[in-house]
Amino acid sequence: MNNERVQNIDSNTACVNASEQQHPGWYNLKYTLVGIIFGIVFVKAEIISWFRIQEMFRLQSFHMFGVIGTAVIVGAISVFLIKKFNVKTIHGEEIKIADKTFNKGQIYGGLLFGFGWALTGACPGPLFAHIGAGFYAILVVILSAIAGTWTYGYFKEKLPH
Amino acid sequence: MIEQIQQPWPWYVAGILIGLIVPALLILGNKTFGISSNLRHVCAACFPADIKFFKYDWKKEIWNFFFVGGIFLGAFLANQYLMTTASIIVDPALQSELAQYGITNFNYMLPPELFSFEALITVRGFIMMVVGGFLVGFGTRYAGGCTSGHAIMGLSNLQWPSLVATICFMAGGFLMANIILPWILSL
Repeated sequence: MNNERVQNIDSNTACVNASEQQHPGWYNLKYTLVGIIFGIVFVKAEIISWFRIQEMFRLQSFHMFGVIGTAVIVGAISVFLIKKFNVKTIHGEEIKIADKTFNKGQIYGGLLFGFGWALTGACPGPLFAHIGAGFYAILVVILSAIAGTWTYGYFKEKLPH
Repeated sequence: MIEQIQQPWPWYVAGILIGLIVPALLILGNKTFGISSNLRHVCAACFPADIKFFKYDWKKEIWNFFFVGGIFLGAFLANQYLMTTASIIVDPALQSELAQYGITNFNYMLPPELFSFEALITVRGFIMMVVGGFLVGFGTRYAGGCTSGHAIMGLSNLQWPSLVATICFMAGGFLMANIILPWILSL
């Protein structure tokens, strides 16, 4: 695999910090506030429920399809408006969103994550909400997910991309 | 109002609020929505082990830890102050399917028969929690994102690789839930 390709995948996966500005650490609390709303929604709309995820994958309930579908529509309209009206950040910076580049990892990794999603009934966000909602045993799942991420990093160069 | 908040929230309320996270993070500081990256940042911060994939300045991504900390706090607050005692309403077909495997407790978000410290020492509990968690971590990083980064952020920005990823997430989930999971639950 050539270097340019590796870099593409890297910029695609993380390290995308579009903001060039430096701020004091406590500025990050604004993200905590957004997270709090997200966490409340996770619990109140039962998105963290293993049963809701099982219903989704068995086509027994519209609930999760409605949640994800509505979120995508609202998100897409928002991104469209931000681009159309050249909306700036609250600090006056131009908003940039990195493009995703395709690699086969999206297929292989996507299927593997799908398996894990149906088993645990959770994607990474809800895992953190589980702990907050008092399901302390889910700490084991999170530690295992960190181990999985580490293992991917270890074998990355040998895996098909 | 309070009574309405205490009821489970409908999908459109949740969908709109989650969708608004996309512009909120962009406008607050040019951040793209994506949660599974945090698992990578933990590796980079704690166990980089000289692996190239974990050698980057994770401190630049610290905003995402603050975001996830918020998720934890929000879930705590909702669970403490905004809940009714009503049990989760589960589809009758799913209820009877799960009952075959001895899963009959529908009082919580997660079935304690599968997700608890006691379940961890059973074969199926171990597979659900440990193997399942591993697949979530390995798969999301291999795919370059999870439901938030690809399905919501990526699709919102009309990225076709994210559509491929999302279709594969769903395909993997359908396959697991309908074909493989029944076998695991019978262990």
